[in-house]
Amino acid sequence: MKTDLNTNLRAIWGRAYVRVVGANRELSWLFFEVTLPLLAVFAFALIYRGLHAPEQYIGFVVVSGAMVAFWQNILWAMAAQFYWEKEMGNLELYLIAPVSRMAILLGMAVGGLFMTAIRAAAILIIGSWIFGVHYDVGSWLMLLVVFWVTMGALYGLGMLSSSLFMLYGREAWHTANLFQEPVYFISGFYFPVRSLGSGVAMAASLLPLTLGLDAIRQLLFSGGPVNPLLPVRTELVLLVIAMVLFNWAALKALTYMERLGKMTGRLTLKSQ
Amino acid sequence: MNWAIETQNLRRVFRGGTVRRLWRRKSAQNGNGETVALDAVDLQVKPGELFGLLGPNGAGKTTLLKILSTLLLPTSGTATVDGIDVAKDPERVRKRINMVSGGEHSGFGILTVRETIWMFAQFYGVPGRVVRERADRMMDILGLTEFAETKVSKLSTGTRQKMNIIRGFVSAPRILYLDEPTLGLDVAVAREVRSFVRAWVDEHPERSIILTTHYMAEADSLCDRVAIIDRGRVRACDTPANLKRDWAPECVYRIEIPLWTQGGHPLDDLDVVRSADVEHHGDRGRTNLRVILENGDGIGAVTERLSQRGVAALSVSRLEPTLEDAFLNLVGHGLAASEEKGR
Ligand SMILES: Nc1ncnc2c1ncn2[C@@H]1O[C@H](COP(=O)(O)OP(=O)(O)OP(=O)(O)O)[C@@H](O)[C@H]1O
Ligand SMILES: [Mg+2]
Repeated sequence: MKTDLNTNLRAIWGRAYVRVVGANRELSWLFFEVTLPLLAVFAFALIYRGLHAPEQYIGFVVVSGAMVAFWQNILWAMAAQFYWEKEMGNLELYLIAPVSRMAILLGMAVGGLFMTAIRAAAILIIGSWIFGVHYDVGSWLMLLVVFWVTMGALYGLGMLSSSLFMLYGREAWHTANLFQEPVYFISGFYFPVRSLGSGVAMAASLLPLTLGLDAIRQLLFSGGPVNPLLPVRTELVLLVIAMVLFNWAALKALTYMERLGKMTGRLTLKSQ
Repeated sequence: MNWAIETQNLRRVFRGGTVRRLWRRKSAQNGNGETVALDAVDLQVKPGELFGLLGPNGAGKTTLLKILSTLLLPTSGTATVDGIDVAKDPERVRKRINMVSGGEHSGFGILTVRETIWMFAQFYGVPGRVVRERADRMMDILGLTEFAETKVSKLSTGTRQKMNIIRGFVSAPRILYLDEPTLGLDVAVAREVRSFVRAWVDEHPERSIILTTHYMAEADSLCDRVAIIDRGRVRACDTPANLKRDWAPECVYRIEIPLWTQGGHPLDDLDVVRSADVEHHGDRGRTNLRVILENGDGIGAVTERLSQRGVAALSVSRLEPTLEDAFLNLVGHGLAASEEKGR
């Protein structure tokens, strides 16, 4: 038992390491992955300025831009990860190792989270500085809790999709791409969700991102007209539920998909 | 004693047709669009043995290794590794095994060789210090030390495969699967890899390796025992020497003639010729025939036919039987021919 735990912890670190050194080694990614989201943030911020929207909306946009980074990481890096790694031949090496598959996924998540956190921080700092965003944090503790629970739910969703994509190929990956833009839109990355009407907002609430983002906005700009979706506490409870649910589902999906793959022969590429 | 590997009546069927499968050999597919990749496979591998699986494309070699490495379930029958059932207790099997495939692209381009070896060893819980010791030693033997800090994306095929080999060995598995480990390697590197593999098995009486290959010479010189497998079935299983003794015809001749440009070969209508391989050397203006005869008396008929056709036999020599001859007899065709069909 103890050695198993030890192996699993080592596996998490081993798999996360790729992203951690990757972040340092390929500095060009930082340029693109920070600049491009920043451009989007600028565009929206300027529109809001032009419309004479409340100054806080610009703050929202900057915060959203930072959170986009995590969503992109889930979508690009996590959801398609097992698929890519199957192509590379890594997946089968993970699967023959005496290690929990969840440890590998967690390693990916931790690595991705680390790398993305750098990116998000860069967007937040640069954006806030350029637009002179003024934050008014009510409770730092609550902010931290909400952030981490949101991450727990988001990366749970990432691990779930990674497992689901395990047996599928390129088509599934394209679907994930297709979803990217609408998800930005309805999850209220650039708009406060309410303005889209409550039906859409409810549907979008399925995504932990919507709730997390809304709660984080409320906590970061506690003074002004935030136009919240739900009270922060309610959102936190929902986020905790989402976190547990997604992680549980990820575990189940992983076990199921692995079994299915072992039966049908789709865990590995055929061409070997 | 536990067998290192044992399979009993092992069978694996794949269902559902894909375009890709159309390219495979028809014979492996039955009427329902199912592919019988393995059928009634009974094998035993002893601890300490280097066991070869030799067979043409689509024979089922990789399928067998996938079952033994818990990546695939048998359709029926059983397979055990170190006495443990692969279907019932895969976690315990995984603690004992590792696998390396030829032409493998595993790992991440941004990591160095040393980091890659370390990362995969983490999935086996090997402490960093131990990884370092083992990897250093193996890199030294395989001449990889100078590449230890090179990024994987910068490696040549041969160097990369050496890294893959170390990646598989560094967890010190009891049983190792090597799926065409020398695929695409040049002669020198392939030789280094083979002697490394051989030494690793010899070093410890508990270690076993199953290796698949297309290369006759590799199976012959490297393996303690070889199973010849074709269309999912084991056709024979023995030491290379015994296979040659029991299955190789005694009469193999090499005949050199002036370059033959008319297609086929000049002996194609002769009954005593069981089969003939043709090799053209346009640069030297020669064609080499490797002829297998029904019996030793046939050589007279061969030279007679050649002179009838006005073909000068520049040299005629009798060859020692090879594993390839045994293979030809068991499978009914050579590897080269089946590879063409398989593509
Ligand atoms: N995942 C799969 N789905 C469907 N059919 C498969 C699958 N894997 C293998 N097959 C089929 O099973 C048969 C055996 O394939 P296998 O890969 O085991 O052969 P092999 O001996 O390793 O051949 P090669 O020398 O080409 O590597 C082939 O007909 C192949 O098309
Ligand atoms: Mg194969």
